[in-house]
Amino acid sequence: MTDARHVLVVGGGPAGLAAAESALAAGARVTLLDSSDELGGQYWRHLPSARPAAHEERLHHGWQGFVRRRGVLAQHPDCTIVTEAQVWAIETGDAARDSAATLHAARDSAATLDASPGDAATRVVPRDGAAAENAAAENAAGAVSVTVHVLVGPPDGTDREPQTYRPDALVLATGAHDRTLPFPGWQLPGVYSAGAAQALAKGERVSIGDRVVIAGAGPFLLPVAKSLTQTGARVVGVFEASTPARLLRGWSSKPLELLGARGKAPELVDYALGHLRHRIPYRTGWAVVEAHGTDRVDSVTVQKVDASWAPIPGTRRRIAADAVAVSHGFTPRLELAIAAGCDITSDRFVRVDDLGRTSVPGVFAAGEITSIGGADAALAEGSVAGHVAAGGDPADVSLRADRRRRRTFTAFAARLERAHGIRSGWTGWLRDDTIACRCEEVSCGTIRSTVRRTAQTGVRSVKLTTRAGLGICQARICGRTVEELIRTAEHDAITPDASLSAPGDSGKDPIRPPVSTDRRPIVSPIRLGELAGLAASAQLPPDHLDLPDARPARSAED
Amino acid sequence: MAARMIRASNDPVQPLTADRIGLTLDGTPHEGLRGQTIAGVLLAEGVLSWRRTSVGDSPRGVFCGIGVCFDCIVEVNGVRDIRACQRRAQDGDVVRTQHDELPEVTS
Ligand SMILES: Cc1cc2nc3c(=O)[nH]c(=O)nc-3n(C[C@H](O)[C@H](O)[C@H](O)COP(=O)(O)OP(=O)(O)OC[C@H]3O[C@@H](n4cnc5c(N)ncnc54)[C@H](O)[C@@H]3O)c2cc1C
Ligand code: FES
Repeated sequence: MTDARHVLVVGGGPAGLAAAESALAAGARVTLLDSSDELGGQYWRHLPSARPAAHEERLHHGWQGFVRRRGVLAQHPDCTIVTEAQVWAIETGDAARDSAATLHAARDSAATLDASPGDAATRVVPRDGAAAENAAAENAAGAVSVTVHVLVGPPDGTDREPQTYRPDALVLATGAHDRTLPFPGWQLPGVYSAGAAQALAKGERVSIGDRVVIAGAGPFLLPVAKSLTQTGARVVGVFEASTPARLLRGWSSKPLELLGARGKAPELVDYALGHLRHRIPYRTGWAVVEAHGTDRVDSVTVQKVDASWAPIPGTRRRIAADAVAVSHGFTPRLELAIAAGCDITSDRFVRVDDLGRTSVPGVFAAGEITSIGGADAALAEGSVAGHVAAGGDPADVSLRADRRRRRTFTAFAARLERAHGIRSGWTGWLRDDTIACRCEEVSCGTIRSTVRRTAQTGVRSVKLTTRAGLGICQARICGRTVEELIRTAEHDAITPDASLSAPGDSGKDPIRPPVSTDRRPIVSPIRLGELAGLAASAQLPPDHLDLPDARPARSAED
Repeated sequence: MAARMIRASNDPVQPLTADRIGLTLDGTPHEGLRGQTIAGVLLAEGVLSWRRTSVGDSPRGVFCGIGVCFDCIVEVNGVRDIRACQRRAQDGDVVRTQHDELPEVTS
């Protein structure tokens, strides 16, 4: 099969698994990479093989389908699965030149992980746009030339094995992480993202607490409530910020569309029954606005919110809880797509056509990086993208059902956004001392006053002044929040465009609108010790990198 | 109480037997099961935080649970900045709380 097309799939969640299977079926040779040591992604996160369970299916929808698909991939002679495989960079165009550029960016960012204790200075994070020139793909000729850099080994290890791929087609299926809006006290231990509660329940059989409050927005709160009760927690309430009127509008218009989203309806009914069975109060138009405690959470305050999510005075209520799980939506993991030069939509997903093709020839995207529609949507999108990436005919009958499902789920995703999407009034529950950037501990007040005082409105300059978003998570958690705080800080100088574009986001930039905080040329921290190995694998002399003895000071960005 | 692991006898998934492992956090021994992450072992033992922040000296543990936020970083066998929610615990792991002093102010 040496002449078969080589399709590289990044991400072993529903979208990536489906893409791998359909690419194989269409005759390709497939490599599937995931940073985790187990396949399944977020949806089918499960106990690891070292610690199996007799009835894993009881925690999951569609478990049998997952097991079947995993088996097919594991046994297929043309499929290679590499787990614990962290993709840390993607380059397009002239690979040799870009490898040098990327390695330099890696060194500059570096890896930062190796400093001596106490040297927080090493947490220098790649500059915005450091490798932006890499992103401008040179694919006019139509032939892809993407180089995918991977480190294989235990997470954050010291001597992971570097691997480099130059596939014929690339399918990105990196998924999303949940987005938690800040509120006073959200940095206390015992406050988790709802995804963490879910991941710990499914992947560890650990309940985050005994008395748990779940809050935020979206149908995702329901499976979280279910998993927590199945892990022995008492869920004292689920607080959905969207108001009943808006939910009704979003969910009840065009009910046929919902029915078409097969698989979703029974799943939702199941969650609703679970709620009744466990007598979990489900309140709409309420938000968690504060977490209390000294070294850990002991209670939370919930408050009624209006249709814009602005808290309504006089409605605060304090509830005793030892844990709180909060999620207001999802943030797609866009950095690899951006590095590959893919166009990003104005609502900040990877732009794809109905065959999963991105704006870069040979690069495909599927799943939650293209829209938030749930696991069934991800499966359908993955199937279509994998088939086309393998060179399969889009008109193939075998693809018809998935293409139809794909369209239905696109409508479903739009509905979710209408009913549950974040509304601007939430900033009303912030206080000046509320932490916005958890890594660098920058408060909302600092960001706002910096904007007002210095008339800075560019995300990049405010980040550099306040250090918001410059920490080790590379603004994954706070990036969009910081942008929103900057945008809403009252200052005449602000125009919506200016507040969102970073230097380099000019009209010529293929990565259009507001992606400055989504851009991370070095996706994951790398250790200095690993860089020498990387240089060797890129056939660069190590001294080319001029590895520093001492890490640059934190002021390197100032 | 706070975080904890569901008892196997009550667990609807009916876990099969797994090897017991041990690690230490700042010298204190903790027991867990092979296959748990370091965060999983510590949370199951009711430990919620294993890092203190640079600016506020405040405690942190798991926040995102899926390797995105880096709140859970910890020193493992002498290597710093390891995400406890991602790294599987190995028998005998020596885990230390991380606290990074702020560097001297240069501006
Ligand atoms: C923590 C969490 C729990 C969730 N649980 C549920 C649930 O119980 N029920 C539900 O309906 N929905 C859940 N969701 C929503 C869920 O994301 C989707 O329904 C579904 O999993 C999306 O599938 P996907 O294939 O697009 O992405 P994912 O399932 O997120 O899969 C993406 C995969 O890509 C891998 N990856 C990402 N970046 C890299 C990289 N740079 N290198 C290597 N690998 C990489 C990740 O490790 C991951 O396995 C959850 C979301 C989160 C964040
Ligand atoms: S808890 Fe977020 S990275 Fe571990």
